[in-house]
Amino acid sequence: MTITLNTLKKNQRAKILDFDLDQVPLKLLEMGCLPGNSVEILEVAPLGDPLLLCINDTHLSIRRELAKQIQVEIEK
Amino acid sequence: MKKFLKVALIGNPNVGKTSVFNALTGLNQKVGNYPGITVDKKVGLSKLDSQTVAEIIDLPGTYSINASSIDERIVLDLLLDKEQADYPDVAVVVAEVENLKRNLLLYTQIKDLGIPTILAVNMSDRMQSKGITIDVASLEASLHTKVVMLSARKGDGIEELKNVILNYKELDSRIPLNASEINPEFFQKLAATFPENDLYQLWTIYSQDFKIGNIDKKSIINKGISLSESELKRLQQRETIKRYQFINDLLKVAYIKDSAIATDFRSRMDRILTHKVWGYAIFFGVMLLVFQAIFEWSSVPMEWIEEGFASLSTYVKETLEPGKLTDLIADGIIPGIGGIMPFIPQIAILFMFIALLEESGYMSRVVFLMDRLMRPFGLSGKSVVPLISGNACAIPAIMSARNIENNKERLLTILVTPFTTCSARIPVYIILIALIIPDEKIFGIIGLQALTLTLLYLLGFFTALISAWVLDKIIKTERKAFFIVEMPGYKVPMLKNVVITMYEKTKSFVVGAGKIIFFLSIIIWFLGAHGPSERYDNAEEIVTEKYKDFDYSEEVMNEHIASYQLENSYIGIIGKGIEPVIKPLGYDWKIGIAVITSFVAREVFIGTLATIYNVGSHSDDEETIKSRMAAEVHPDTGEKVFNFASGMSLLLFYAFAMQCASTVAITRKETNSWKWTLIQLVFMSVFAYVVALVAYQLLK
Repeated sequence: MTITLNTLKKNQRAKILDFDLDQVPLKLLEMGCLPGNSVEILEVAPLGDPLLLCINDTHLSIRRELAKQIQVEIEK
Repeated sequence: MKKFLKVALIGNPNVGKTSVFNALTGLNQKVGNYPGITVDKKVGLSKLDSQTVAEIIDLPGTYSINASSIDERIVLDLLLDKEQADYPDVAVVVAEVENLKRNLLLYTQIKDLGIPTILAVNMSDRMQSKGITIDVASLEASLHTKVVMLSARKGDGIEELKNVILNYKELDSRIPLNASEINPEFFQKLAATFPENDLYQLWTIYSQDFKIGNIDKKSIINKGISLSESELKRLQQRETIKRYQFINDLLKVAYIKDSAIATDFRSRMDRILTHKVWGYAIFFGVMLLVFQAIFEWSSVPMEWIEEGFASLSTYVKETLEPGKLTDLIADGIIPGIGGIMPFIPQIAILFMFIALLEESGYMSRVVFLMDRLMRPFGLSGKSVVPLISGNACAIPAIMSARNIENNKERLLTILVTPFTTCSARIPVYIILIALIIPDEKIFGIIGLQALTLTLLYLLGFFTALISAWVLDKIIKTERKAFFIVEMPGYKVPMLKNVVITMYEKTKSFVVGAGKIIFFLSIIIWFLGAHGPSERYDNAEEIVTEKYKDFDYSEEVMNEHIASYQLENSYIGIIGKGIEPVIKPLGYDWKIGIAVITSFVAREVFIGTLATIYNVGSHSDDEETIKSRMAAEVHPDTGEKVFNFASGMSLLLFYAFAMQCASTVAITRKETNSWKWTLIQLVFMSVFAYVVALVAYQLLK
């Protein structure tokens, strides 16, 4: 099932499918956010935003608005 | 003869690059600035053998050479142009065992630029506990270089790294992957048009919009080679994917991680530190500790420094021959420098904490925790530390805003931080509150005076937030801000790194702001110690004549002379000159002078009033001034000068006005712009004036 990363739940794992290149900065790609890599939401900040992710073995934090640009597929 | 080698130290943030730099150079380092920008340029010397010394440049931490911030442009500036004087002989890319995959992206880019590149893998002492095995020989074979495993913390591998640097000529110059495959047609055209140049260098010039020699992006486009904006971005994406493919393939062989061994210490810490209750409680506790330390621990050394400068000034006056030069040194330069030196303990303590919080990895969690709260004001989680430190002193607080990568958020943070209640406001607040707020308790427990002080603190903090909100609406930026923050693993901070950071920041403050303060205090001294008319020069005779029938002691007479001199000095004339402007705020010309002189530092307000009211500059003990201020009346109306209305007006004026030359100096240094420095100064002053005006007119 394809969803956007901002709707992924805590401790759920997903595979990155695609994203709008104009909306996602190159820096995120360099951190390992690339199609095919897996992503997991480790923590959600107390007010619901930002998110703490593990992408490609890197722990990083992004805001929901950016996560919304990234399509993922939930892994079983 | 000694040989010098130039070495560039490059790496991602949080890989311990600074520890490697410190281990290589020891205290043999100095911090400068890159021309025109505020990023620190750290250079150190390292002795490689009896014949050779390496000059090591510690470049800012970057994730890649794609120039999205000043830091990355610095890296590119240094590595792209082989003709320039600072071009290094060899680059050392520092990586870390746990994040090797991401670290290697930068390595492959640097290697492609055609510079001899060594890979140093730091934190090798953590491999066992993390269940990581690295096949060094296989890495070396695929990356075409020497790989040094080291632990800067334990000092392991540093000698080996020095040895490899020494023999950099033996390094393999082949490039591990062919980036031109991402668009062969485009790259072939580039190569055919500029056969003299390195292909990857050309691509970097084009994609990063750099100019090297006489080639820049425009000259490439002029040769008929161009890409649309989205094609360019797509190519950069393809390049990143290609590099990761290469890295993934090679790590499949050379890197094994037993995930069963990897502990979940980090995720447990994350859960607690970002918890909706514990997270904020711990943060609050930590900030309380920092605040307490800046306030309390620094008070004793601050007093020593203040007293030291006061006695130095007296000593100079007594030893040197009396004259203008002695006055300038004793009353202008020494107090001027003495005015900023007391901030040293506060700055050192604040940066000690900041270094501890950063090194441990906690700072990133604070950013994560606070981001959502700060966002409505145009700030980000990274603005929290400067805003809170501002409650001690705006100077180190503004310096700590350097950690904010986003230019607009950093600028907003710098502009609004001086609204927070710094410790220099305290003496002014205390004395005014004592004068105008009755020493009573409401509900039997809450003291009215303490309540007023607390409200002033809250007022400062919320004014900072609201101003940020307003400025956020006014300042437009062309580039959209992105929030991408790496959450590094937790580490025990290294004492050596903390001490070096404290030392560097403090030095940078003393030298940077010191110069400006030095000149400002000379100007203010000059204006206070000179007058245009006879009245200033002949003050002694005039005053002695005037009071000849009074039986004053010499001391009292001298105070009258000083007071008369001040009234007729340039600064006194300015004070009288601005009286029409400050009268609507409820101030007379004497307060006007104090407001002007306290521009250097807020606490000078009290000292100046002491001089004007003849309390005597040596007895600026609070009780005397307070009773003198309470007794002061308007000569024509007989009303009290410090009544509730004028007192509130002054309190509000000092809450909002930028009365601190050191802060002006540091804003100028950190923003590198007179425009923003002046906007901040004018904005705060006008705002303070208007609020004080409204308050006085409503209350009188």
